Amino acid sequence: MAEAARLAPPPGLAIAGDLPDVIPARKPLKGFLGFVRRRPAVAFGGGLLIAMVFVAVFAPFLGTVDPGVLATSKRLRPPSAEAWFGTDMLGRDLYSRVLYGARVSLIVGFSVAALASLIGLAIGLVSGMVRWVDGIVMRLIDGLMSIPPILLAVALMALTRGSLQNVVIAITVAEIPRVARLVRGVVLSLREQPYVDAAVAAGTPTPMIVIRHILPNTIAPMTVQATYICASAMIVEAILSFIGAGVPPITPSWGNIMAEGRALWQVKPTIVFFPAIFLSLTVLAVNLLGDGLRDALDPRMAKSL
Amino acid sequence: MTAPLLEVNDLKMHFPIGGGLFGKLHKFVYAVDGLSFRVERGETLSLVGESGCGKSTVGRAILRLLKPTGGQVVLAGRRIDDMSSGVLRPIRRRVQVVFQDPFSSLNPRIRVRDALAEPINNFGLAKDKAELSRKLNMLMDKVGLPREALGRWPHEFSGGQRQRIGIARALAAEPDLIVCDEAVSALDVSVKAQIVNLLQELQQELGLALLFISHDLAIVEHMTHRVAVMYLGKIAEIGTKRQIFARPRHPYTEALLSAVPKPDPLAKRDRIMLKGDVPSPINPPSGCRFHTRCPYVFDRCRTEEPRLKEVERGHEAACHLNDRTAPENPLLSGGRA
Amino acid sequence: MALLEVDRLQTHFRTPDGVNRAVDGVSFSIEKGETLAVVGESGCGKSVTAMSIMRLIAEPPGKSAGEIRFEGRDLLKLSEKEMKKIRGDDISMIFQEPMTSLNPVLKVGRQIGESLRLHQGLDRGQAEDKAVEMLQLVGIPEPKRRAGEYPHQLSGGMRQRVMIAMALACSPKLLIADEPTTALDVTIQAQILDLMRDLKDRVGAAILIITHDLGVVAEVADRVVVMYAGRKVEEAPVRDLFAKPRHPYTRGLLGAVPKLGSSLEGKTEKLAEIPGIVPSLKTKIEGCVFAGRCPEAEDVCREFAPALEEKAPRHVAACHFSPREQEAAA
Repeated sequence: MAEAARLAPPPGLAIAGDLPDVIPARKPLKGFLGFVRRRPAVAFGGGLLIAMVFVAVFAPFLGTVDPGVLATSKRLRPPSAEAWFGTDMLGRDLYSRVLYGARVSLIVGFSVAALASLIGLAIGLVSGMVRWVDGIVMRLIDGLMSIPPILLAVALMALTRGSLQNVVIAITVAEIPRVARLVRGVVLSLREQPYVDAAVAAGTPTPMIVIRHILPNTIAPMTVQATYICASAMIVEAILSFIGAGVPPITPSWGNIMAEGRALWQVKPTIVFFPAIFLSLTVLAVNLLGDGLRDALDPRMAKSL
Repeated sequence: MTAPLLEVNDLKMHFPIGGGLFGKLHKFVYAVDGLSFRVERGETLSLVGESGCGKSTVGRAILRLLKPTGGQVVLAGRRIDDMSSGVLRPIRRRVQVVFQDPFSSLNPRIRVRDALAEPINNFGLAKDKAELSRKLNMLMDKVGLPREALGRWPHEFSGGQRQRIGIARALAAEPDLIVCDEAVSALDVSVKAQIVNLLQELQQELGLALLFISHDLAIVEHMTHRVAVMYLGKIAEIGTKRQIFARPRHPYTEALLSAVPKPDPLAKRDRIMLKGDVPSPINPPSGCRFHTRCPYVFDRCRTEEPRLKEVERGHEAACHLNDRTAPENPLLSGGRA
Repeated sequence: MALLEVDRLQTHFRTPDGVNRAVDGVSFSIEKGETLAVVGESGCGKSVTAMSIMRLIAEPPGKSAGEIRFEGRDLLKLSEKEMKKIRGDDISMIFQEPMTSLNPVLKVGRQIGESLRLHQGLDRGQAEDKAVEMLQLVGIPEPKRRAGEYPHQLSGGMRQRVMIAMALACSPKLLIADEPTTALDVTIQAQILDLMRDLKDRVGAAILIITHDLGVVAEVADRVVVMYAGRKVEEAPVRDLFAKPRHPYTRGLLGAVPKLGSSLEGKTEKLAEIPGIVPSLKTKIEGCVFAGRCPEAEDVCREFAPALEEKAPRHVAACHFSPREQEAAA
């Protein structure tokens, strides 16, 4: 120990006694296990989402049979070694269909999150920086926000035919106002920051102020918002499919599977149960990740204690 | 005779506030209401007053972060209050700012090097990369930070160090005037002394003029050449440091000075206690704005607004009492030396 | 027996990057009716000390050790229920920012009355009457009307008066004031300090005032504790401290404050600086906590932490090089 190496205290000097530790020192947890210990929720959410992405990507290899194959002789089988989740009323293998359903949900979730964020960011930035645009855009967004996103998406879908692409567009349009609102609010508060004033005084042109001082500081809150939009988009997609306004019924999406199982809910609850569980878990995973991101990116949270 | 570095004439900042449901019926916050002063090259003028007196708004108007709603701001002989932002941009170099909060005055996502290079590049103050890096190193030396710190992020520094970076950024533009908006108010005592000394050294070395906006009278007395005392958007009194601190000619200045707690338990406390709070700048009192709290108030104060009048050379005060001579003027009896 | 005895108080916090020893072995006591000021810069642990006495430290991440004896009872050992009885009744606290410590949706009369009903069992009418009386005591004009207003309708100085009225409502034996005037303008600060001095005489409560402002200390305190980096470095009666500071940190602090009226004496010398910055409390400090910034520090200071020693009667300091009075005389 260091004690031995210490000098002997000079005589006549009053030395303060050592104090005990109130809180035992804990080795900082490093690496993967450390992360899991510190943020179990995020680790769980992340793991779950990675699993879902894996499932979606490798659905053809994981699935036991083609999800579209009809086998009228094997209709409404309960879960068994052959068909793990059982079969539906057309004898299609439910397990394979649910795996493929992950594709639709994740594509819709991620695309809507990306598109709505980018477009919302652009609108929010312009709106926050240019006063006359703000007046017009914000009235428009207020109008859009008075309609529930699901209704808006349903209405938009009613105008076109059901396809994955149209579903993405419809949900994106419905989600943009939320991002635009958020970004505008962040921009307005950033404009009040002393460092922005200092940059103005330092002769930085407005476009550069936006790029250097405002845009980078909107990314963090927007990323967090994007995860919530991703989760919400997956739910809206499932609802659209469920009410028959989403992707074509032939596509195995969780909403479609649930819609098909609805009539047989009391006889064969498994048909609804499995896609519902998958949807809930995916949404939970994305939300957990979003909460984790929020904590990690919020400087106040990071600094506190 | 050369023009003063900065001349402010009858500056007004009236902010509209929405009244009525659709904002048709406008009321105004009279944040700054007819202010005139000048700042010479190399001198420090302090604006003092309590919160809400409009001192920070004056600073923002001079920096043209706000467009004045009335009056003139003349910088080195050129009016800048009505300039378009394009014409103004190169002139901005002459006036820089140091803010109060060392944490929000630096962009958390920009390294020190880039924060300091921004004004240098904007105003084309460096011909090439080599000159830029020479200038950056010099700035760090000037504010007493190690050169290696250029590559670090703002969050790696303490409050006092950040304030040094803020000062370096202001210096980077090679300004003639720095507006220090409560620049040392948020700092701890020991760090505050470091920054105060730094500002004074820099002023002497570079011949900077400072507009020192503060509510801390002891620091102001230590730093300044001249003082303007503000109350509710107007100057109550303006003069040299000695004039203001030794022979205040406005009851507000007198009360303000007596209110400062002295770090000396043996000091005698003949405090002039002001009644009540500062009235709202939305609806300022009639006559003299200070009359609601003034210990010497008389009838004339309630109706007639006093104008700034010279009471001695270079010392102006806006108080009706100064029309009276010694025995009837409580401000003249017994100075506060 | 002193009213409050803080004995080797330690309050530590677990943080992602190590244990923060915010308060590390602080002892002091307060007699009945006495005003003790704890002074220091941000991060020195003065507010954490106050919060620890009130048992307002969230656990985890924080944890307190040592003893805090209030009338002989160790507050750290009390149950939360027993502590609730003491808080607001025997010990009450006022904070720096009155707006955040008042409930915005309750009329101020109700808020003051609340603790009276809780601790003294008054009924609603009695409580409201007492509240008006308290508002009068703290110098609020038209107390009856003000009692019916919401906090946002009051000015900053007025709110601080309400906070004080609230804190004094149950006639506490100890009032803890954490930077009570820092957020206020000078003229309002003067009013509040005046009020606190006046009330001290009338109410007879002991006051523990936490501040960074040496001017405030000089105005209201009887005794002063100077804290630095989580430790007490000096303690003395207020006059002795200002007349003869015995710790280099206290000397530095006093030298760093410009004095009003200095220009009249014609001396505008440079302010004394304390070089460097406060050490991080997340690594254990060997030796004297101030050694890194002290102009007089030598090897021995960096090696051995000085104990608090009585350097003169009632004047304690933790410095190897500050002589004891009798030695200095010899």
